[in-house]
Amino acid sequence: MSVLSFQEVSVRYGAHTVLDDVSLEVAAGQTVGLVGESGCGKSTLARAAVGLAPVTGGRILLDGEPVPTRGRRPVQMVFQDPYSSLDPRMTVGETIAEAMPDRPGRKARQAEVARLLALVHLDAARALDLPGRLSGGQRQRVALARALAARPEVILADEITSALDVSVQGAVLNLIRDMRRDLGLSMLFISHNLAVVRYVADSVAVLHHGRIVEYGPTAQVLGAPRHAYTRQLLAAASPLKEHT
Amino acid sequence: MGHPLKSRWPRFALRRAGRLLVSLWVVVTASFLMIHLVPGDPVRAALGPTAPADLVLAHKEELGLLDPLWQQYAAFLGRLFQGELGASISTRLPVGETIAQRLPATAELAVAAFLLSVAVAVPIGVGMAVITRRGRGRRAELAFTGTNVVVAAIPDFLLGVGLVYLLAVQTNVFPVAGRAGLDSYVLPVLALAIGPAAVLSRIVRVEMLAVMEADYIRTARAKRLTPARVHLVHALPNAVTATLTIGGLLLSSLVAGTVLVENVFAWPGLGSSIVSSIVAKDYPLVQGTVLVYGVGVLLINTLVDVVLALLDPRSAIGES
Amino acid sequence: MRPVGVAGFGLLAVVVSVAAFGPVLWGDQATVVDTGNLLAGPSAEHWIGTDNLGRDLFARVLVAARLSILLALAATAISLVLGIILGAAPILVGRRLGRLITSAVNVLVAFPGLLLVLFFAVIFGVGARGAALAVGLAGAPAFARLCHTLVAAVSERDYIAAARIAGVSRLRVLRRHVLPNIAEPLIVNATMAAGGVLLTFAGLSFLGLGVQAPSYDWGKLMQDGLNGIYVHPLAALGPGIAVVLAGLAFNLTGEAFAAAPNRTFSLGGPRDPAGVTAPVPGAILSVDDLRVTIPGPAGPIHAVRGITFTVEPGEAVGVVGESGSGKSVTALAVAGLLEPPVRVEANHLVVAGEDLTAAGAHRRLGTSLAVVFQDPMTSFNPAHRVGPQLAEVSRFHQGMSRKAAFARAVDRLRAVRIGEPERRARQYPFEFSGGMRQRAMIGMGLMGNPRLIIADEPTTALDVTVQRQILELLAEVRRDTGAALLLISHDVSVVTDVCDRVLVMYAGRVVEELPAKDLRTLARHPYTRALVAAVPDLETDLDRPLAVIPGLPVDPTLSPAGCAFAPRCPLADDHCRAVAPELLAGVACHRSGS
Repeated sequence: MSVLSFQEVSVRYGAHTVLDDVSLEVAAGQTVGLVGESGCGKSTLARAAVGLAPVTGGRILLDGEPVPTRGRRPVQMVFQDPYSSLDPRMTVGETIAEAMPDRPGRKARQAEVARLLALVHLDAARALDLPGRLSGGQRQRVALARALAARPEVILADEITSALDVSVQGAVLNLIRDMRRDLGLSMLFISHNLAVVRYVADSVAVLHHGRIVEYGPTAQVLGAPRHAYTRQLLAAASPLKEHT
Repeated sequence: MGHPLKSRWPRFALRRAGRLLVSLWVVVTASFLMIHLVPGDPVRAALGPTAPADLVLAHKEELGLLDPLWQQYAAFLGRLFQGELGASISTRLPVGETIAQRLPATAELAVAAFLLSVAVAVPIGVGMAVITRRGRGRRAELAFTGTNVVVAAIPDFLLGVGLVYLLAVQTNVFPVAGRAGLDSYVLPVLALAIGPAAVLSRIVRVEMLAVMEADYIRTARAKRLTPARVHLVHALPNAVTATLTIGGLLLSSLVAGTVLVENVFAWPGLGSSIVSSIVAKDYPLVQGTVLVYGVGVLLINTLVDVVLALLDPRSAIGES
Repeated sequence: MRPVGVAGFGLLAVVVSVAAFGPVLWGDQATVVDTGNLLAGPSAEHWIGTDNLGRDLFARVLVAARLSILLALAATAISLVLGIILGAAPILVGRRLGRLITSAVNVLVAFPGLLLVLFFAVIFGVGARGAALAVGLAGAPAFARLCHTLVAAVSERDYIAAARIAGVSRLRVLRRHVLPNIAEPLIVNATMAAGGVLLTFAGLSFLGLGVQAPSYDWGKLMQDGLNGIYVHPLAALGPGIAVVLAGLAFNLTGEAFAAAPNRTFSLGGPRDPAGVTAPVPGAILSVDDLRVTIPGPAGPIHAVRGITFTVEPGEAVGVVGESGSGKSVTALAVAGLLEPPVRVEANHLVVAGEDLTAAGAHRRLGTSLAVVFQDPMTSFNPAHRVGPQLAEVSRFHQGMSRKAAFARAVDRLRAVRIGEPERRARQYPFEFSGGMRQRAMIGMGLMGNPRLIIADEPTTALDVTVQRQILELLAEVRRDTGAALLLISHDVSVVTDVCDRVLVMYAGRVVEELPAKDLRTLARHPYTRALVAAVPDLETDLDRPLAVIPGLPVDPTLSPAGCAFAPRCPLADDHCRAVAPELLAGVACHRSGS
């Protein structure tokens, strides 16, 4: 269990500022929700933490040390699109095993794959399937299993349910909650959907135009929002008022 | 989004001009280095093993091959800026003069063939796309792709040979070779144009098919326009972009393709002179011709990019 | 396999075996000098005649196959290997050096292959080896470009990012993830390129820059034959035909690999045209037993399996369901936008008084039916300005002049709350934000006098705050024009907010039809109830797990005998699995009472 902290992180592409002085802490065993609209920099923050986006200012620390951006990262990420996040030519078992640290032997590897698949509520026989035979929800579980295989300290979940159908979304959200309870993982949960974030996160950060405009315990931020933008988001998520 | 648009054109012009300059430099340097990359002694090779040693030396001195490389390069660039390309080893004539004499014949051939292939390919491609979209018209599609593959597999010089045999030797409809009246253009232009027309019509069809599946075509159909209007006003302009990109490449490869066809038809252009000068190892002439071809290709590419940017404003900003 | 593929493979097999065994079988015959038969024409003995030494040309063409093919393959291999190295470089050597290599390739690729060949031919000198190197090097930039494009496409996939985060080395990423996923198009292109290289080689030898005597390939034979083309053309055309056949063999084989997905699939016979019914009087939209079938590789996909519904004037009807439920296909069918080979059948399908099965009906719908699509980013034509795209409706259907139509377009843009409509109308769609485009799309529907608006997931592609504005705009438009609305959405809350009545679709059927206000509380179908419960909202109980629907959606190529939801339904019994329930009193469920 580790603490992931973003300290005054900025990301710029040329003259375009994506993230501006973002500070955020994901405490040990906590799930932090990050909400905002597309283009606000949510995904960039996660990608910066694993070295997929260049940090132009500030630091990203794991337990006080800079997060390594080469080799196996102690911070793992699960992506939005389940159809792009699994190599179509590798079996589920190979995909999961590839992420394991220090290459275990064949037997140990198979046992570990089976254990991880069980953890995400998938049948061990799925290890031999290619991703093409799995549904979107099942793929997203495999992606979670791969992230867990790397024995991460922190997991970054980037819009992991937004490409899924509603009937499947619930199952993945339940799984996220189970995993946090059983494994004590720290997690940054990124979503544009307030109701989804409310369901899984202990605290919520609201990102708007590359800046965090509000941060606090979930119940407080969603129950008594202080920033106008948070209120706007909440209004958009509530039933439409009559306009007559 | 207002800001990047205002500065769109100057930035596009700057970027495109920069690329043209770099490419020009590459061409110039490559043609300079060409002589130096030839294994062994180029002048000895050109003059033959029997040439006296002092003649070889004299030629080398004349070509500046005895100076240090950087000095030669500087002198080469200097001469180039004055439009000076040196003199042919075999004919002793200035290279620039030879090229100026022969270039128009080649350019005429290439441009005529290009216009013909576009004029043929676009209507055929569009028509075939409309007939065969969504797996309709299976027979038409099979016939089209079949013909296309066969035609594309026939090299242009072979086509030239075939045309000469059929229309000149057998029936005497057109002259066999040479560049005289208008009818002497027919066979070489046909030989050059048929292959590219096949390739281009195929690309037009593929692009049209892709465009016709786009959401905005569905929008156009939702406006209940006539099919002709949907295809010509809404689909075609979007298919043109890719067509033009390929068309530019085709035009530049047509310029190079003239080399073979000119040899079949004894056409007095650059193509026949470059081959004979390569065989004769007349390096200054080869160097000059390669330079002219290279610069011609670059100018065509730049022209295509500018036309593209005018037709499709996104391509001007979306390049970086 | 398709005939093209069979022809390609067959031809390739012949060409390769001639190349392999030609010199062994006909090698002697090709070198026998027959001084009594110099430059002879075709005869029974010499099928395509003899050359200037009286050697049999047919045998020589067959023997030349080996050298021609080997040179072509060698040059292709050089191009391919160099191309892969240059194209994959950006992955291996880091960003800056990679970018340098890429721009160098971009400069080189602009030069036609033949020019590069000539350039390298100067350096390597005339001869077979020089030509092979020249053609190989000249082909490398094109392969590098292709390889780079393919690698770039694969590199954007998240599994590459995931592998890197998991600590997989660059080399291993290239070997395990990138190369296997680009191998197929590379091989296809290499095959076709081999055909092209064969032609280039023939050209070089033809020019005298390639193979030199006493060796000979097809190009050399053609060069020798060209001099005598007036006397006997077959001497030049014979080797030419061999080149074309071999080129075809490579091209057709590549073609067969590349063109595999483009196929037609059978749909089975159409149904009995007997049951034509009359539309419900007064309804703006009346559909009876609509069925949509889409041809697919695993058999016809029954996207819509017989649905019946009406929309009254001014009414807002929502259609909800998950992906694959057939809701969007229903919208497209009702809008008359599905084309063959998709098959649309119905006992009747009447929109705004127009029978969509009749000729000419489509054109008359131009002003009375408005359609709003899901993705505003792709639904405008990028090649035309926004104003004229709107104006087109009035010019085409209402006979307005260009100027009047443009003025109306500006007016409509103003009506959908787009600021500075005069300036905006002169802009291209890419200069609009997503929300603005969706407004403009609604404005386009308002160019006529719509009696029905069909909106297919109009807010799904938009940001949450913008979604709200678009829904409000739709409500406002409806109030102003009195148009009816058919709203398709996967989002239960959107539909309950905007609509009067809701149709719930599952596996191509309507399983429940009920007032929108009752959706969350009074739904009777187990699927509707599960769908509503599975979506968390801001009041969801945080202490209980979310409701989930077990199992997977129905395979759309199968037609289950009973209720399509039965395999996932907690209440299903044998009767449910055997007999499909009809939509009766608003619900299609045998167990709706329990």
